Amino acid sequence: MAGIRRAIAASTAIVLALCAGLAQADPHPWQLNMQRGVTTWSGEPYFLNNLALGVCVVIGVLVFGAMFIAMFRFRKSRGAVAEKWSHNTTVEIIWTTIPVIILVVLAWMSTGGLVSFANTTGSQMTVKVTGYQWKWRYDYVDYLGKPVSKVGYMSKLDALSDKTRQLDSGMDPYAVKTGDENTYLLNVDKPLVLPIHTKIRFVITSDDVIHSWWVPSFGWKIDAIPGIVNTAWTNINVAGTYRGQCAELCGQDHGFMPIVVKAVSQEDFAKWLAAQEQANAPAAPAAAASAAAPATAQAAAPAAPAAGGHG
Amino acid sequence: MAHEAAHDHHDDHHHAPQGFFQRWVMSTNHKDIGTLYLIFSLTMFFIGGSFAMVIRAELFKPGLQLVQPYFFNEMTTMHALVMIFGAIMPAFVGLGNWMIPMMIGAPDMALPRMNNLSFWILPFAFLLMLSTLFLPGGGPAGGWTMYPPLSLQSGSLAYVVFAIHLMGISSIMGAINIIATILNMRAPGMDLLKMPVFVWSWLITAFLLIAVMPVLAGAVTMLLTDKYFGTSFFNPHGGGDPVLYQHVFWFFGHPEVYIMILPAFGIVSEVIPTFARKPIFGYRAMVYAIACIAFLSFIVWAHHMFAVGLPLGADIFFMYATMLIAVPTGVKVFNWVATMWGGSMTFETPMLFAIAFVILFTIGGFSGLMLALVPADFQYHDTYFVVAHFHYVLVTGAAFAIMAATYYWLPKWTGHMYNEFWGKVHFWCSVVFVNVLFFPQHFLGLAGMPRRIPDYNVAFANFNMISSIGGFLFGASQLIFLGVIVHCAFFSKKKATDRVWEGARGLEWTLSSPPPHHSFTVPPVVHDEELAHGHVND
Repeated sequence: MAGIRRAIAASTAIVLALCAGLAQADPHPWQLNMQRGVTTWSGEPYFLNNLALGVCVVIGVLVFGAMFIAMFRFRKSRGAVAEKWSHNTTVEIIWTTIPVIILVVLAWMSTGGLVSFANTTGSQMTVKVTGYQWKWRYDYVDYLGKPVSKVGYMSKLDALSDKTRQLDSGMDPYAVKTGDENTYLLNVDKPLVLPIHTKIRFVITSDDVIHSWWVPSFGWKIDAIPGIVNTAWTNINVAGTYRGQCAELCGQDHGFMPIVVKAVSQEDFAKWLAAQEQANAPAAPAAAASAAAPATAQAAAPAAPAAGGHG
Repeated sequence: MAHEAAHDHHDDHHHAPQGFFQRWVMSTNHKDIGTLYLIFSLTMFFIGGSFAMVIRAELFKPGLQLVQPYFFNEMTTMHALVMIFGAIMPAFVGLGNWMIPMMIGAPDMALPRMNNLSFWILPFAFLLMLSTLFLPGGGPAGGWTMYPPLSLQSGSLAYVVFAIHLMGISSIMGAINIIATILNMRAPGMDLLKMPVFVWSWLITAFLLIAVMPVLAGAVTMLLTDKYFGTSFFNPHGGGDPVLYQHVFWFFGHPEVYIMILPAFGIVSEVIPTFARKPIFGYRAMVYAIACIAFLSFIVWAHHMFAVGLPLGADIFFMYATMLIAVPTGVKVFNWVATMWGGSMTFETPMLFAIAFVILFTIGGFSGLMLALVPADFQYHDTYFVVAHFHYVLVTGAAFAIMAATYYWLPKWTGHMYNEFWGKVHFWCSVVFVNVLFFPQHFLGLAGMPRRIPDYNVAFANFNMISSIGGFLFGASQLIFLGVIVHCAFFSKKKATDRVWEGARGLEWTLSSPPPHHSFTVPPVVHDEELAHGHVND
């Protein structure tokens, strides 16, 4: 009964959210369609999805409509007598040509989205993403033309989800929450922090087997393959927390290596990055004093007191 | 003596051998071997189905309740391997074995002993593969696609590779036999362009099998040497390329998915004209469309790999080529509708399954078109949207066509009518529950649920529960199918006429029900107006 009550509450929430035109976190219960996403490019798959779905619905209504009319009109029980014809060149030409025209239009539209996705030039920032069984590593390579020094960390499933997901844990997945949002299996210990309104280039690889890095709000996924470096880009429009999962079967804990991106303003990101650089600059405590001069030269912003104080 | 040699003198009696062992294990008869194939495939259908029940039970609600994640992965992997290589493909071979000689007016298959061998390899291949579930280390758990490097971590790789080699040998021998039979053993007057569409679809499928099964064998052999003999075809630590495996695998894999649908096209093209009492519309277009789809299947493989980071030019080529497939496939669907138009239809169980096939396979085709659009595929890829897509084309496509064929030809095979009421109950249960099972999976995929995960966020809970309920009921409905078949084969009192169906056309209906041990001992005279597609001179 709790499930049904939850379902009713959730669907009410969806209707309210739609009425109010509010953006809500994805995925959400009873979600029927792909999300629009939050980046400059993520509208492309969303638009193509809706367009292709619309085309399919129209063709489906016509074809299945004709079938149901035929099934009603030409039944033997209604006294229908079979005709003898088995060929009609005109209609065959028509129903070969019209699909070709529809396909050409769809192909033309998809090609535009594909070409813009392939263009990773002009990026202002580079992040290296590495897949491991079963966690992700993020290394900040450069930001606004300057190399980033030693900012990188592992990101793995949060402890509460991990405890809850064990077989016979007796814990309730519905109780795994971050604020109001249920984040069961969609939360990590340390999220990837990114600035908004910045063209970010990802270089994606893997250390063991093939993984796939997918944040649905960005509109794409790309495989993390050992021995190969893939590239992709994003430019986030809206600050917020975006959740995704590994999308390529990578072993027993494939379902348990989520991705969380925290998109913040450029100012906040610059502060965060500086704090990270500061915290990580001394290679070892003993060498801290002697290494202080070159390390601070690279760190542009003032030091922050705590390290890793996020997530 | 020359006359004696012309006959197959090792088996020149016209009745089935008496002993059970001699009849079923040493059989060289196309009907007995066809029956063996069909029983084997039905068995595998239930074994693969029980794996699916485990999957759906674990996904019934969030949290892990029943199985460990690794075992879940074994289930998804085995479900696919058993259903593809054990259920769908042998079912088509069984149907081809039974029907092709009868449809072209031949006494038997061209190579009867090879026919026996190609069947009897299969049970051993599957025993080998299924035995891994009971071995320490467990079965294969890297997906039926066996992508390295993940598949190289599996301890049961050698078993699976050897099993696949055996299945491949079996398929290739079956394909050679079918080609040899069709090209050499047609009755006088049965020109190529007068053959039933089912025979055409199998001829083309057989060429696909011969072309791609060796490619799969090569791919899995390279996996084997990478794991055990120190090679580095796909191992990046030795300079290998994991993506190369995916190219080789899908060069096999895409024709493979058409191997599982082209004979289904053929079956539906036999069933619909029979129950519409009208010749198939556009016979030649139907045959050319199958050939065209078969050709295109060789140049679209990388559409399974849009997320591996292909170059832009490759993305565009494979997208355009994939979209092209919609044209011949659309022609086929339109022709089936046009066959019904102006007919005089009745709706016996085979026709119901064939109509459901046309509608639901087309829905699978629609999601296929959506998947072809690369930017959208970046979202769909490896989600439940893909799972929904290929189950619409393989369950409501291939499996429904096999069910249509079973009901259509079962009276011919057994000489008795099946129970029409229970056949219809089976149909309506199947068609309702299969949609409850798979339609919500589109929504799950669009909302962002990856495939092959044993547990999920609570946002995906509602549709997963609906899908699981549909899955259990669909699985249970198949027990009705089993019951109808057993009843028809052993208990039915109602004799089938030779023609069975009022509108049935073609040589197979001129034989008695059940047909004689050797189908046609003298070549039949082919009357054009007696064929399912009427005159094809225009």
